[in-house]
Amino acid sequence: MSDLIDDPTPGLNEPEFSVTEISNAIKRVIEGEFGHVRIRGEVGRVSRPRSGHLYLDLKDEKSVLNGVIWKGVAARLSVQPEEGMEVVATGRMTTFGGQSRYQIVIEDIKPAGMGALMAMLEKRKQMLAAEGLFAPERKQPLPYLPEIIGVVTSPSGAVIRDILHRLRDRFPRKVLVWPVAVQGEKCAAEVAHAIRGFNALEPGGRIPRPDLIIVARGGGSIEDLWGFNEEIVARAAADSQIPLISAVGHETDTTLIDYVADKRAPTPTAAAELAVPVRLELMAWVDGQGARMANALSQTITSRGQRLRDLSRALPRPDTLLDTPRQRLDRAGERLPAALITGVQRRRVALSEASGSLRPSLLARQVATERRRLDNAAPRLAQGLAKAVQAKGEALGRRADRLTLGPIRRELARQSDRLDALSRRLSEAGTRQTGEWRRRIDALDRLRETLGYKATLKRGYAVVRGEAGVLTTKKAAEQATALEIEFQDGRLKLGGGGGGGGTARRAAKPGKPPEQGSLF
Amino acid sequence: MSDRPVSEMTFEEAMKELEDVVGQLERGDVALDDSIKLYERGAELKKRCETKLKEAEEKVAAITLDGEGNPAGLQPVEGQ
Repeated sequence: MSDLIDDPTPGLNEPEFSVTEISNAIKRVIEGEFGHVRIRGEVGRVSRPRSGHLYLDLKDEKSVLNGVIWKGVAARLSVQPEEGMEVVATGRMTTFGGQSRYQIVIEDIKPAGMGALMAMLEKRKQMLAAEGLFAPERKQPLPYLPEIIGVVTSPSGAVIRDILHRLRDRFPRKVLVWPVAVQGEKCAAEVAHAIRGFNALEPGGRIPRPDLIIVARGGGSIEDLWGFNEEIVARAAADSQIPLISAVGHETDTTLIDYVADKRAPTPTAAAELAVPVRLELMAWVDGQGARMANALSQTITSRGQRLRDLSRALPRPDTLLDTPRQRLDRAGERLPAALITGVQRRRVALSEASGSLRPSLLARQVATERRRLDNAAPRLAQGLAKAVQAKGEALGRRADRLTLGPIRRELARQSDRLDALSRRLSEAGTRQTGEWRRRIDALDRLRETLGYKATLKRGYAVVRGEAGVLTTKKAAEQATALEIEFQDGRLKLGGGGGGGGTARRAAKPGKPPEQGSLF
Repeated sequence: MSDRPVSEMTFEEAMKELEDVVGQLERGDVALDDSIKLYERGAELKKRCETKLKEAEEKVAAITLDGEGNPAGLQPVEGQ
């Protein structure tokens, strides 16, 4: 055991580093060894936090190297690194001990040759073209004579001077300069902002809104012009509602903004020429138009006057125009009296023809004829009358003949017969009726006789009467002063007083029972 | 002839119509009364064009920007 413990392991006596000590040692070695390096690689992931520093990866097929570009350096870069860009980065290596990492602090970064830069630009161009930003139908026509021209450029420099100078030559206009950086890191953002800023101005506002924008920059290296290849600039130009002329660099330089601009000018001076017409030429043109117009009008009037004269020459003279009618009038005038006379003569012939047949003898003959007819008729009038009376008389006679007593008598006889018959029937009926009635009366009388008290009297009954009529009671008989008894063959009067009464009573008494007996 | 008042026309509009008017007059196929009216219209258009051409005024100003890069005002630019 002790052997093992005491046996020293080789190297145990070497000094020990703390983690920080070794980190710092490594940092020293690396920063000392790689204080200035140039590294070629492809840009990988790029991030731009709000701090303004720029973090990116450099890579090749096998390895990745972290890199950082501090804010101040990043602002100075003419070409901003983008993912996929082939670059050469210059800087120093350093470590980041806190995370056991090493990285390069880039002091400059450039595209690795023109080819890389152009390839990137081509890629961007294809993307924007695919979006249709370069389409000809997107291009707006430039105003013929803009009132206000907005120029996006550097306020100091030859470019704005050239533009103003050319404008003054052609047609002095109001110009608004929006100052921007035309190269460096700020360039793209400022140019894009300026284009959008001009568009955002209200027409008639405090700052007047231009009706044409010129984005201009003088010539320079491709890196100098690179800001105008940036996507934000191209998009701002494409979005511009105000027609936009791009004039960046020299004639041979083409930047991305040239593709989206409504018009591309090869130089700033050319942009001014595109922007405005030449005033003097226009004045001459206007004068020319005025002259042509005056000429045309006078020509119109002249030609019409000529035409009028031509026409009036073709018009016949009034005299000749009237000759023919006048001749006709003369001829008609000559024929008028003759015609009148002829007319009168013709009528006269007709009259004489008519009056020739109109003679008194003709009338007299007619009168005589009529008279003869009258004379013939007159005697026949009385005859006719008499004949008519006679005829009527005869007709009356005929009628009267037919009017005899025969039919009436026959009618009377017939009616009388009917009356006799009816009387006979009446008397027969009456006799029959009365006979009937007599037979019935006889029968009834016989019945009456049989039923009457007289018959009863034959059977021995008597009727007792007082002064007041028939007495039927003993009491009434006693009271009666005189009684009368009727028998079958007559009446017996019993004297007055009691004797009478007694008799009556006696008479009455026997009177009663027969009656009663007959009743039973 | 358009109905638009000449005084409201831009230079380009007035110019186009003036061209039309001249063309019509030169063809000479317009009735005399109408051609006089056309001429008067043309004269008016010509005057409008001349007025717009006289408005040739050079005035250059630079936009001043505030801290955030937005336009704050105008500053005359002289001696360019």
